[in-house]
Amino acid sequence: MELVKLSLKKAAAGLKSKKFSSKELTEAVLKRIENLEPKVDAYLLLTNELAERQAEKADQLIADGQAASPLNGVPVAVKDVIVTKGIRTTAASKILEDFIPPYSATAYEKLESAGMVMLGKTNHDEFAMGASTENSAYKITKNPWDFSRVPGGSSGGSAAAVAADMCVYSIGTDTGGSIRQPASFCGVVGLKPTYGRVSRYGLIAMASSLDQIGPITKTVEDATLVLNVIAGYDPRDSTSVNKEVPDFSDFLKQGIKGLKIGVPKEFFGEGVDYQVAEAIKKAIVRLESLGARAVEMSLPRTKEAISVYYLVMPSEVSANLARYDEIRFGAGRDKFGPEVKRRIMLGTYALSTGYYDAYYLKAAKVRTLIYQEFQDAFKKVDVIAGPVSPILPFKIGERVDDPLQMYLADILTVPVNLAGLPGISIPCGLISGLPVGLQVIADHWQEGKIFNVAYAYEQNFPFTEKPNLYSA
Amino acid sequence: MKKRINLEGVKHVVKLANLPLTDTEIKKFTSQLSEVIGYNMSLLEKVDTKGVEPTAHITGVSNVLREDETEPSLTSKEALQNAKETHNDFFKVKAILDLPDEASAKVGQ
Repeated sequence: MELVKLSLKKAAAGLKSKKFSSKELTEAVLKRIENLEPKVDAYLLLTNELAERQAEKADQLIADGQAASPLNGVPVAVKDVIVTKGIRTTAASKILEDFIPPYSATAYEKLESAGMVMLGKTNHDEFAMGASTENSAYKITKNPWDFSRVPGGSSGGSAAAVAADMCVYSIGTDTGGSIRQPASFCGVVGLKPTYGRVSRYGLIAMASSLDQIGPITKTVEDATLVLNVIAGYDPRDSTSVNKEVPDFSDFLKQGIKGLKIGVPKEFFGEGVDYQVAEAIKKAIVRLESLGARAVEMSLPRTKEAISVYYLVMPSEVSANLARYDEIRFGAGRDKFGPEVKRRIMLGTYALSTGYYDAYYLKAAKVRTLIYQEFQDAFKKVDVIAGPVSPILPFKIGERVDDPLQMYLADILTVPVNLAGLPGISIPCGLISGLPVGLQVIADHWQEGKIFNVAYAYEQNFPFTEKPNLYSA
Repeated sequence: MKKRINLEGVKHVVKLANLPLTDTEIKKFTSQLSEVIGYNMSLLEKVDTKGVEPTAHITGVSNVLREDETEPSLTSKEALQNAKETHNDFFKVKAILDLPDEASAKVGQ
């Protein structure tokens, strides 16, 4: 049995039945990281000693019959935009190069309480601003399926680490697609929960009305196991919502007969690679073969979503990043990278006197229309399905000098964030050796419906391909 | 309605944003700001938003208050641990007022 290849579910079962120890599993994953990190560049920091200590503790809990969570003793990687007490957290920026957080994010504390084994902090675009991980101030993560291509972003390190079995699961964040798009590019599962489902306390803020923490995993069931732990109201985040958290595993076994799947024609329109569109259409036919009903529909505001996003998000960025004043923490503002500076400039401009009404307010009004359009849609369908990314993983360097082209990579993911909805990416095939992700979107708090559909797809049409990491 | 974004306007924004940018960067951002905002507004201007309320965030939660009770928080040592400069358990900041030498010597005591 190759320990590193195990899903979270199987790792948890193996640990519980004492087929192997957390120490053995952790050592196998650390060895794998040691071998592959020079090729993949997924991590900004490795915490080997902490991992070994936590593995011993987890094994003790198992021996004492005290291990309660399936996450106990399982190695995880955490995006470096989530603060971890006493562990350097950089947001992949030079401005936080030597930042040691005095407290931990709530989501991280919940993983700690569940008995996680912390492997390290993963790479991403600086302050999570980007769709390729090329905007990291430290390194460029490579796509495990083709080292000359980007892993997507901004949670590129977290997605690549899962795809390359350099962790069992990872934690990412999604502001405009930053969990779903890298999950799609790397052929893994990535869930962006409903806005307010997971506490943002300790998530270094980019755009506060859009940011959300979520799991990146090898299987749909693994995503339910992680969400079960990290979800829930947190008094320390006043935007988290006091809503009952179901056991998400309950949604896995119900089948999808009669379920209505909305297929918006705009998700297959201009700018969407025809190969991607064909692969997704095939996936939807497969869902129909399981008894679901696909319904053609229209979300006309999809075409303006990207424009709303690139006014609202930079406006929030310019306010959030004003805190970097070189007084309480961090270096001088000259240490921001080019994309961060560009977004601060865009946002400051959109909020400045004489432009606020024309730009920010106009965008906020169109955001209302996007939200209403989804509300109307979910009166008629259970979930909405389409591609995650309009394009396949692109070559490193290909889009880096053209911000507008880079921004257009987000057209099919940002509407979900603007409307605060949950969305998942699950792998549904390969095109010329590169993974394609199917996006499933549901109404607020209906992650269960997403898991239901995604699990049915995964069980009947499993994606079993693995990248060949030792060829190049 | 369409306003051209010029170099002077961008220089003003640089000041508001408190970003130390080089002339080359300012020039580059001037054209990129024009391109991105021009693209965005070309689409948004066509949307009728008469009578539509703006959405700043989606959950509708507002004014969340907590009980006025003390609870454990960061120690001053922890709060100061990432500061480049401190003075007697305070953050040290640049002077914002120009004081005569004598007066500033007094403040420093």
